[in-house]
Amino acid sequence: MMAAFGATMTRAGSRFLSSLPALFGVLVFTFVLMRMLPGDPAVFFASGPNAGKEEIEVIRKQMGLNKPVPEQLMLYLYDVGRGNLGRSMTTGQLVTTDLRERLPASLELTFTALLIALVSAVPLGVLAALRPGSVIDHGVRLFCALGVCVPTFVSGLLLIYVFYYLLGLAPDPTGRVDIFASLPPSRTGFLLIDFLLAGDFDGWWAAFRQLILPALSMALFVIAPLARITRASMLVSLGSDFVRTARSVGLPWWQIVVTYALRNAILPVITIAGIVFSTMLGANVLVEKVFSWPGVASYALDALLSSDYAPVQGFVLLMASVFVIVNLVVDILYGIADPRVTIG
Amino acid sequence: MTGATLRHAGWILRGNPLTGIAAAGVFMLTLVALFGPWIVPYDPIVSDVPQALMPPSAAHLAGTDQLGRDVFSRLIVAARLDLAIAVSAVGISFAIGAVIGAICGYAGGKLDRAVGRFVDVLMAFPLFVLAMAMVAALGNRVENIVIATAIINLPFYIRFARAEVNVRRNVGWVEAARACGDSHISVVLRFLLPNVLPAMAVQMSLNLGWAILNAAGLSFIGLGVKPPTPEWGIMVAEGARFISTGKWWLVAFPGLALMLTVLCFNLLGDGVRDILDPRMRT
Repeated sequence: MMAAFGATMTRAGSRFLSSLPALFGVLVFTFVLMRMLPGDPAVFFASGPNAGKEEIEVIRKQMGLNKPVPEQLMLYLYDVGRGNLGRSMTTGQLVTTDLRERLPASLELTFTALLIALVSAVPLGVLAALRPGSVIDHGVRLFCALGVCVPTFVSGLLLIYVFYYLLGLAPDPTGRVDIFASLPPSRTGFLLIDFLLAGDFDGWWAAFRQLILPALSMALFVIAPLARITRASMLVSLGSDFVRTARSVGLPWWQIVVTYALRNAILPVITIAGIVFSTMLGANVLVEKVFSWPGVASYALDALLSSDYAPVQGFVLLMASVFVIVNLVVDILYGIADPRVTIG
Repeated sequence: MTGATLRHAGWILRGNPLTGIAAAGVFMLTLVALFGPWIVPYDPIVSDVPQALMPPSAAHLAGTDQLGRDVFSRLIVAARLDLAIAVSAVGISFAIGAVIGAICGYAGGKLDRAVGRFVDVLMAFPLFVLAMAMVAALGNRVENIVIATAIINLPFYIRFARAEVNVRRNVGWVEAARACGDSHISVVLRFLLPNVLPAMAVQMSLNLGWAILNAAGLSFIGLGVKPPTPEWGIMVAEGARFISTGKWWLVAFPGLALMLTVLCFNLLGDGVRDILDPRMRT
């Protein structure tokens, strides 16, 4: 067991090292992209349309825009190495501060959505695989075919229409909590956890009600690929020799399905879950806009539309890093789900 | 394309009537995209404020928006722009990706490794975020939505073509062509690429739906298409302001248009895959 764990860690470590060049590429690529942004940010952030030449020049110097581009890149890399992502011209704060404040909101949303998607997709896929060709199977396929076709922003808005306007079950779809609600002391930044730690169950329920619709609209889009891969992979493992043997020795069916078949079928599901996560990081932008969610994506979008370099760079870099970490986690989960992976 | 292929196609269509329906749907869409502006009952741009925000009725099949414009007419006219963006983006990335991938797969070596690194960098981004940043960097115009969508699709085509060419680079008929004095370029263009194209065409039709969703997402967040141009993503964005007061038709109908279009392309893609490449059947 220990040896297997060690091997998993070694694999994850080497994967991490091999992803560093890509991450460096991401850095340079983002820098170049942002420098191509149209408009002169120095003019944009000057006091007004008739700001003096000197004033613009001062801002340009302050932003480091008067230096040659390669030197700006070196300075930027140096800053990133020291954990300094620059300052947002719109909020006036350090980008790292802004991102740290807003990241928990995005992560809470994304993880909840992933949880909803997995909890509904895996059982759906298993059910469909147990009775191929049945009503359930066709139902799941129809749902999957339709699920990938509805854009997240449309399903989010329609959920608002049904649950807020028609049924009145959901709260006003803006933000994480009611403006007048009192926030719990921030320990993790995840409101659901913070409310629990503070023992404030009414607050927890209110935060949960705000979270459920955006999470659901994000989940709807990714249930389809997860359910489809679960079904395909379960069909293979249910048809294999070890399942036939397990059946023939008279093991209870749930043990056959869960312990034998599902455990062996889970690897492709983990792979797809990793890919799906990247889709969700993108979908975050759309969902955060629909629900006015105060996360990193809506922050970057605002910055983008006002050609504020630093926050967008920071955001893209953050997303790429999160993605690298997710891939590492997927690697480690691989080792845990199937110890054979680590051998060889 | 021989009689056998056609018979096989017929057999597939009988077994899976959805493919036929999807093909008919795509055909209809194409007609709408081509002739849309001439068949609509109202002008999609001209506003008629007294008629603003009317629910669907006999006069306005899909209701009217905040400026009194007929939503149905706007949906029809928008089809051309949405399809044009998706088709040209996928076409560009198919053409470039196939050639780069084929050359890398055939040549190998340093070039192959360099391109591989570049692809790795592209794949390290969440793709929608990358597209967003690119549209902003290149300028907030429709052409740049096409370019951004093409670039985020590129890695898949490069990898696909590279892998397919790589396994074939040393097979008998390639060696024969080389032995007959064909240059490397001619081997790649005349023998390898044509063998890879059918499988890539499948990839392309499966990709179209995704490209449409991507482009609509970009214009939903305010990139690329500008009002008053009718486009499905931006129509949803404009309607979003009225959803919490119950004006559902402003969001539901453009959403439905997007959904049906993507559904048709996906089903058609699955069907074409079954016809062209029996190995990949699921």
